[in-house]
Amino acid sequence: MEPLLKGLLGNDIITYVIMAFVPLLWVVPYALFAVWLERKVSAHMQDRLGPMRVGGWHGWAQTIADILKLIQKEDIVPAAADKKLHFLAPFVVFIGSYAAFATIPFSSAYVGSNLNIGLFYIVAVSSLVVVGILMAGWGSNNKWSLFGAIRSAAQIISYEIPTALALLVAVMLTGSLSLQEITKYQDGGMQNWILFGGPASLPGKFLLMPFTFVSFIILFVASLAETNRTPFDIPEAESELVAGYHTEYSGMKFALFFLAEYANMFAVSAIAATLFLGGWTSPFGSFLGGPIWGVFWFLSKGMFFVFVQMWLRWTLPRMRVDQLMYISWKVLTPWAFACVLGVGFYLVM
Amino acid sequence: MSLFDIAFYFFALITVASAALVVFSRNIIYSAFALLFTFFGVAGLYALLGADFVAVAQLLIYVGGILVLLLFGVMLTTKLVSVDMKTGTLQALPATLLFAAVAGALSGVYIITDWNVLAGAPDAATTAVTIGDMFLTTWLLPFEIASVVLLVALVGAAMIARRDARSKPTQQAAL
Repeated sequence: MEPLLKGLLGNDIITYVIMAFVPLLWVVPYALFAVWLERKVSAHMQDRLGPMRVGGWHGWAQTIADILKLIQKEDIVPAAADKKLHFLAPFVVFIGSYAAFATIPFSSAYVGSNLNIGLFYIVAVSSLVVVGILMAGWGSNNKWSLFGAIRSAAQIISYEIPTALALLVAVMLTGSLSLQEITKYQDGGMQNWILFGGPASLPGKFLLMPFTFVSFIILFVASLAETNRTPFDIPEAESELVAGYHTEYSGMKFALFFLAEYANMFAVSAIAATLFLGGWTSPFGSFLGGPIWGVFWFLSKGMFFVFVQMWLRWTLPRMRVDQLMYISWKVLTPWAFACVLGVGFYLVM
Repeated sequence: MSLFDIAFYFFALITVASAALVVFSRNIIYSAFALLFTFFGVAGLYALLGADFVAVAQLLIYVGGILVLLLFGVMLTTKLVSVDMKTGTLQALPATLLFAAVAGALSGVYIITDWNVLAGAPDAATTAVTIGDMFLTTWLLPFEIASVVLLVALVGAAMIARRDARSKPTQQAAL
């Protein structure tokens, strides 16, 4: 897409600006849809109907009405808050989660920046979100916000280790950190997905499958914790902390936190789908392949995991802090190490 | 002005302005948060120099690790000792002398060095592969020594945390 735009516009700067804004065209409508979907999923799981009135068909316009309301709301800043940090925090959080989209390939024709170290970059920029959350917690000058922020930071940092190790399994198999390369490696249909051992020959596939399968599950569980989703939503535990680090936010700033959370949900789902489920490649080989269908496959795989995240949220209870740390350090990390070692042994042989 | 120049001046401005804020801010928490932008700007400069791996490692280690640790330190201690942590000016004369010496040395190095100027942006296509190869061939010994140092740090941190837990088992329940 980049050379095409350059040829069309003849200007580097405009091309890069357009390239940078393309993911936003997906993220914003997706967030509106996902908030509606979350309410519908939760409602149907609890034998309710959820929003039914706004817009006619099953309340489809509910979140559009909500966002219009949020735009008009007064922006309340607590008198004792640290004004500058309170103002800056939602932007830092959203920039951190949007920055991850820069190297995620939406199709064979579109990737914001085909960095050679794309995956490493994603791991690194996610730390921007941690700083933004700490900023929000401190700037609000509220004990619930601060507790929520510190819990969130501790949780995200702990779960970065199993996440990075699980990512490493896919990187070792493909020998590249570029997400575009990793996707291309899995081209040719479902049987070539890294989840099922990648495009290895038959005995090798069965040797690899247990390791790749386990590391995929580790990646998914850890990414739930990284996005503060249930069962790891201790940072925003309503029963203890009101709403965690965004307790003191209202209006558009609150909406920005919400947008960042849903953008994050899609980003981690997209990364899991790209690394282990072939990203934009078609599950049926060359059938329904190509750049346009690639966007369809990529978004469907991502949205499926977003749906799984919602499903889990309304199924599982919240963990305690000690259980959270137990899972990260004593379950996920050792198993992730085992997977890395197993795949390493296979590759050496 | 090319895109490269615009990007360079943008990152340079961010780095210098936020570094000034780090040093001159009276509030230590502002200094800590301003460091975020300094690290970000420096990472941008590395990326412009074609050192993409170093740029990302800078973000990962400094923003994800050191800055968060710093923020935790400030946040958890200010309320404990109930003293407002402020930065102030102490020992003005020795500080000025030291500053003059360092600034002089740096400027001297800058002027004396015969800089290797490249035409255009360097290619960053294979940095990760090259760095990996170098670590496991030419620079294997320093790499291994660094890993041993990190292992010792890890064991030491675990030791300190364990001893604390045994003597005061209920202390950490609060968080």
